[in-house]
Amino acid sequence: MKRVVITGAGTINALGHSVASTMAAMREGVCGIGALDFRDVARLSIQIGGQVRGFETAGRYNRQQISLYDRFTQFTLAAAKEAIEQSGLSFHGELSARSGVVLGTAGGGVSTWDDNYRAVYEEGKNRVHPFVVPKLMNNAAASHVSMEYNLKGPSFTVSTACASSNHAMAQAFALVRSGMAPAMVTGGSESMLCFGGVKAWEGLRVMSRDACRPFSANRNGMVQGEGAGVFVFEEYEHARKRGADILCEVAGFAMTSDASDIVMPSKAGAARAMAGALQDAGINPDEVGYINAHGTGTAANDKTECAAVADVFGPHADRLMISSTKSMHGHLIGGTGAVELLACIMALRDGVIAPTIGYEEPDPECALDVVPNEARDAKVNVVLSNAFAFGGMNAVVALRRLQ
Amino acid sequence: MSVENQVIAIIAEQAVLEPQDVTLDSTLESLGIDSMGVVESIFAIEEAFNISVPFNANNPADSEFDISSVASIVASIKRLQAEQQG
Repeated sequence: MKRVVITGAGTINALGHSVASTMAAMREGVCGIGALDFRDVARLSIQIGGQVRGFETAGRYNRQQISLYDRFTQFTLAAAKEAIEQSGLSFHGELSARSGVVLGTAGGGVSTWDDNYRAVYEEGKNRVHPFVVPKLMNNAAASHVSMEYNLKGPSFTVSTACASSNHAMAQAFALVRSGMAPAMVTGGSESMLCFGGVKAWEGLRVMSRDACRPFSANRNGMVQGEGAGVFVFEEYEHARKRGADILCEVAGFAMTSDASDIVMPSKAGAARAMAGALQDAGINPDEVGYINAHGTGTAANDKTECAAVADVFGPHADRLMISSTKSMHGHLIGGTGAVELLACIMALRDGVIAPTIGYEEPDPECALDVVPNEARDAKVNVVLSNAFAFGGMNAVVALRRLQ
Repeated sequence: MSVENQVIAIIAEQAVLEPQDVTLDSTLESLGIDSMGVVESIFAIEEAFNISVPFNANNPADSEFDISSVASIVASIKRLQAEQQG
């Protein structure tokens, strides 16, 4: 089996339009959540979110591209550019033929659906733009990345609700580890912050109207975000020979299915995913210094996740750190694991643990070190990133400082 | 139909029971209605009475809408009807 390393990272989200600005915001505990700003927002009962601000398409994409790029594709391409430029790779010949793109998204082109349903239902139009289908399809973002960067190997999109990105990165990791691909572009994106996207979530009654406060006793739900995170996963020897700057090693992963409930989380399913990732990576539980939690800020997720951590880690659960950066950038749904991987890279490379902001009251059912409100300096060698989706589909990725 | 009977009909349907098996003293828990069933019941109540019910599934106890029993639901609906249509 090959070793797999990360040689490029890119992002755009409510905290920043680059990895550097996002990590700086995470270190400072900045809250990127604020008042939503889009058409018909006044008709929503939930009016906050982690919206990307100041993202100009003019100058970034030409007219033809904009007619084909939903916002989730625009975010993906912006993040992919940053990641691939950092990696220094350019895809030609054998490398191009065997390298691909695996991305996660839950909803794909949600605002394209929304705009065009509005046009035909509300405005009574009988005609839509010819590119509606290629714009809204879930694999549009992956396809445009493949075209832009000449990636001709295995490429597809993974959709497992809130675990989409982690499942996607797990697939990319498996392809590189097995030797099938020398490098893979991977991660995910989401852009559901439009009237229809938020209205659908309102129905479940699990959204907060004021803030995302993971693990805090007074938490009252999740807050949506939007954006993308994209990475270059590369075979270690390939990266080493060309002298690439290696951000960290992807050590292992596991995927489990609760097979129990369509929305309620399962402690057993989450615990099996974390334990499975450690086993796959050959890591002892006591080596784990930090967990980037799924930490949605709902009553059900946070207590279930903490109980699962306690089961897997035993007494070590009280020594490791666990935080939810959703408190800052919101829940990016199918793109969330990708943006959250940045907190894992920051922990391994910079020795800075991103905080759980908005933390106000201890909850005895979440009695772990949740790094409340302020980032912390700490050297960690191994970290986990959790994602537990609606539908009971879980994916956990283990990362290690390169040794 | 009275508010009481309408609520009983909604709750009975959600619990897969006959309306005569649901009383004003019944709690949703005693009828076997889980958190998903509660959210669906709230939606049905909003549709039936054309009101907006303030309810957050994360902390039902803190919501202004009291779902502890069928009687408390009826009282909350009457209050909301007065507030929102009065």
